[in-house]
Amino acid sequence: MAFLKVSSPHAHGPMSTGRVMRLVLMATIPGLVALTWFFGFGTLTNVLWASLSALAFEALALKLRKRPIAFYLNDCSALVTAFLLGIALPPGSPLWLILVGTGFAILLCKHMYGGMGYNPFNPAMAAYVLLLISFPVEMTNWLAPRGAVPASELLGPIDALLRSLGIGSAPIDGVSMATPLDILKQNDALLVDDLWAQTPQFGTVAGIGWEWVNLAFLLGGLYLLYRRVFTWHAPLSMLLAIAIMALLFNDGGSSASGGGALFNLFSGATMFGAFFIITDPVSSAVSNRGRVIYGALIGVLVYIIRAWGNYPDAVAFAVLLMNFAAPFIDHYTQPRTYGHKKPNAQEKA
Amino acid sequence: MRKIWDIHGGIHPPENKTQSLQDNIRAAGIPAQLIVPLSQHIGAPAAPIVNVGDRVLKGQMIGEAKGFVSAPVHAPSSGTVAAIEPRVIPHPSGMSAPCVVINCDGKDEWISHQGISDYRSLDKNTLVDTIRNAGIAGMGGAGFPSSVKLSGGKDKPIETLILNGTECEPYITADDILMQERAAEIIAGAEILRHIVEPNETLIGVEDNKPEALAAMRAAAEGTGIEVVSFPTKYPSGGEKQLIQILTGKEVPSGGLPADIGIVCQNIGSARAIYRAVCHGEPLISRVTTVTGEACSTPRNYDVLIGTPVQYLLDLSHFDASRCIRLIMGGPMMGYTLQDTAVPIVKTSNCVLAPTVEELPPPPPAQACIRCGMCAEACPVSLLPQQMYWFSRAQEHDKLEEHNLADCIECGACSYVCPSNIPLVQYYRASKAEIRQAQQDKIKAERSKERFEARQARIEREAAEKEAKRKARLEAAKAKQQSATKDGSKDDIIQAAIARSKAKKSGGADNPPQDPAQAAIARAQAARSGDAVSETAEEKTARLEKQLASTEKRLAAAQQKLQLAIDNNDDNVEAFRSGVEKTEGKLQALRKELDAHRASQAPAPAESVSDDPAAAAIARAQAKRAGGAETESPDAARERLTTQIASTEKRLDAAQQKHADAQAQGDVNAAAFATAVEKTQAKLDKLRAELAALPAAEPEPAAEASNADDPAAQAIARALAARNANAELSEADKARNAVSSLEKRIAKTQQKLDQAQADGDDNAAILSDTLAKLQGKLDEARQALDALSQEEG
Ligand code: SF4
Ligand code: SF4
Repeated sequence: MAFLKVSSPHAHGPMSTGRVMRLVLMATIPGLVALTWFFGFGTLTNVLWASLSALAFEALALKLRKRPIAFYLNDCSALVTAFLLGIALPPGSPLWLILVGTGFAILLCKHMYGGMGYNPFNPAMAAYVLLLISFPVEMTNWLAPRGAVPASELLGPIDALLRSLGIGSAPIDGVSMATPLDILKQNDALLVDDLWAQTPQFGTVAGIGWEWVNLAFLLGGLYLLYRRVFTWHAPLSMLLAIAIMALLFNDGGSSASGGGALFNLFSGATMFGAFFIITDPVSSAVSNRGRVIYGALIGVLVYIIRAWGNYPDAVAFAVLLMNFAAPFIDHYTQPRTYGHKKPNAQEKA
Repeated sequence: MRKIWDIHGGIHPPENKTQSLQDNIRAAGIPAQLIVPLSQHIGAPAAPIVNVGDRVLKGQMIGEAKGFVSAPVHAPSSGTVAAIEPRVIPHPSGMSAPCVVINCDGKDEWISHQGISDYRSLDKNTLVDTIRNAGIAGMGGAGFPSSVKLSGGKDKPIETLILNGTECEPYITADDILMQERAAEIIAGAEILRHIVEPNETLIGVEDNKPEALAAMRAAAEGTGIEVVSFPTKYPSGGEKQLIQILTGKEVPSGGLPADIGIVCQNIGSARAIYRAVCHGEPLISRVTTVTGEACSTPRNYDVLIGTPVQYLLDLSHFDASRCIRLIMGGPMMGYTLQDTAVPIVKTSNCVLAPTVEELPPPPPAQACIRCGMCAEACPVSLLPQQMYWFSRAQEHDKLEEHNLADCIECGACSYVCPSNIPLVQYYRASKAEIRQAQQDKIKAERSKERFEARQARIEREAAEKEAKRKARLEAAKAKQQSATKDGSKDDIIQAAIARSKAKKSGGADNPPQDPAQAAIARAQAARSGDAVSETAEEKTARLEKQLASTEKRLAAAQQKLQLAIDNNDDNVEAFRSGVEKTEGKLQALRKELDAHRASQAPAPAESVSDDPAAAAIARAQAKRAGGAETESPDAARERLTTQIASTEKRLDAAQQKHADAQAQGDVNAAAFATAVEKTQAKLDKLRAELAALPAAEPEPAAEASNADDPAAQAIARALAARNANAELSEADKARNAVSSLEKRIAKTQQKLDQAQADGDDNAAILSDTLAKLQGKLDEARQALDALSQEEG
């Protein structure tokens, strides 16, 4: 009779990394639906190309690094990166742009650092920032949302594919339009209320479509919270920080205003960032306290860059900056171990 | 409702407890053979007190506790001792340890035993002794001797007595069913504990997933003032520290004991065992053990005799080996796998878990850590398991200690939740072992450094003392010289003697003195003035030989140590090697010196034989006296030997202590310490023999004249007497009388001077003045005598 000789624990919880990743993928569905509804099929083609290329790059990297390809592909982390990048890029981005992005994210940001778990930066965000700096025109070319333009102007599935492949002519290019964040940033003449009234892109609390997209990501995020994929600490503190910053600096809606709390919460990539980007465990702070700080600082940075920086949306920059800071936050937010008077870091000081 | 606190983290694994709770506790019966390990507890193993072939009765002590933290073991049933030998015991490593194997006769015949009817009338120490003698050790898992917890730490009053009925591990129901069925006995045990500990409050903590046990316990505790506290189920609430936190909100300081914060914690199983021991006189020879898992078709709890082989229980439970790939002693979270079903149930065995492959599948391969932090969230001790995992992989022990690895209770919650299936606890165990090893190595290194430094200091001190002595002697000689000069006496003999002695010291050949007697006196004087430094040739040979022998011995020891170090892969190999080399170098130098010395001595250093036999006699006497400093008196020898023996005894004690420590810790140097003990013992024996060889009670040489102590003076006297005898006695009685009386006075004075010099007395100078004067007179008298003899001749 031969029995296994293994050390405890013998039982294991239901969670696995692959499962976590698949849950994250599932949770992007509401957001994807909303994006597609409002901006056409461009986001889906983004995600499609990004996924295919990311898997290919991942397989290549694993092969070069002589790792079991199937085993690692199974953790779906490359797919998550692809989804996040695809969602972040302007709908219907050209294939080459996507390839550059996923190549950079998977090969450089992930595998050059040692692969899954070792990357100090969120690969999707790093790639996004690289593209934004390198190709500002393509990266700021957002389509107009349903409601601001007639539904017929939205990208259909075929149009989107052709557009991403660079085939086709102007009519199926869709109608580009500045995002509400752009408009608010460039506005220097009108009070916010007037701007709101005069600009078709604005909806109930934020941009048309954008508010719904944000709501959809919030929904997906809450699902992940419910499934305990991550804790509330980072997202909540980020959202709170943005809201507080907006309340503090919203000067009653002058022409220089950065917009109110609700506007900021439901604009751009706020919810997407709060639940899908900053919750990326690998590149964030690790302890709950650390994550509160991490999230709050990202929120503050997002608002600062939005209100006073050069870029209309700021989540990617804020996240990258805080990726740098994560190790420091970790160092100063070590929990207090049972039976100890002080957290470890202070104990040594 | 009592306030309860929450612990950080924790998990909710599937409980799987109902399977084994279908039935009541059942007696497992008496197996054909019982294997009773001598160590079933934390602390020193018990020592067997029965022999192979002995018939033992149920409850008879078969192994007695060795030391304070230890517990005795008893025969669980009657039968014959078949063997006392190492058997595989329940241990994560699958190791073997000494066991008493009993072939049961099936009669289950008790040894006569008796409970204490009114324990309240008894002294607490007696009760603790009763508990100790019953061999009760923590039955919840760790097996810490219960009596130790009860007897220690009287410096701090115990506020809270906690009985642990949490049983948070999945599958295990031994405590649950015990509380359901033996609540009254548990409460009775709690009362005994209360009587011993005298706490302000007594709490019994039970998770709320055991409603029946709670009800039974509450009913039994009714009116006793013992509070049964229920709290939400969560793993690992049953950890001692966790339970304390839940019930009191206090935390046991890191590295401390519950007693430090006024708490004593006992398992409810132990409480019941204490009741059986005190009120019925029954030692701990059986326990309730859960046998469960889907590979057992009849999972249930058994009342099992300690020493029952696991196989016996599995058979009772209709175990299907083909469906089971791992057999676990304990629960699925903290239990360890068994390789051998022959291992016995021991005092701490609360569960035998035989899961099917589907039930607890083998762990999938680990993936990369995604730093998700789920482990940190699950950790009941608020550690950062993922950080510790990185540091553990990188073997960064400093960082691990900084992250409080030592506080990890190895509960497995972190591994359980880790989505990447990383066997975190395994890493921590390995790192803990490494750190422990490193610390032991460090202690070892420090100890040898201390030893080295102590030796160095001793050598330096001795050198300094020698130097000081030498200086003192020089000073004394100078002082004497000065005082002699001051005295202004011409032809001062002492001065001359000193001068000669100096000359001799500086290697100049001694001019044959005109007057042999005078020369003898001078030499004697010189010898007396403490020229012990310039040793004679024989002395030197002896010394060198001695040194050579001891160096050889040291070399042998050093080589032995080196070999040991090499065998053990010790880090100190280099140090040992250089030690050996140094000793070898020294040995060679000594050999050379000895050879050279022997060569130079080859022509026997016959001192220019004086024509005058008297002078020769004097010389011999003088030599003897000088030698006397070396050949010690029996008294001195006894004194020296006694102090040596005392110090050797001390050293032997220390060596034995070290040896015992090393053995207890399983130190690799235990063997080295053992040889050290042997050597010291041998030396001690030798010294004792020497002491015994000395004349029993040295009679004071009272028979000898008061001046007999001074052989030189005696010799002088005899020599002079002989000479006088030679030189026609009839002449010059007066002169001779004068000479002899002077001689006597000189002798006395010399004696006094000796004494004074030895004591460093201030009178030495005065005495030496007196002596010089006397010598002068003697000289005159002798001259007169000579003149007379010449006249006669
Ligand atoms: S639970 Fe596992 S994967 Fe997650 S941080 Fe901890 S060790 Fe890493
Ligand atoms: S095994 Fe150690 S690190 Fe892991 S959860 Fe338990 S106490 Fe924390």
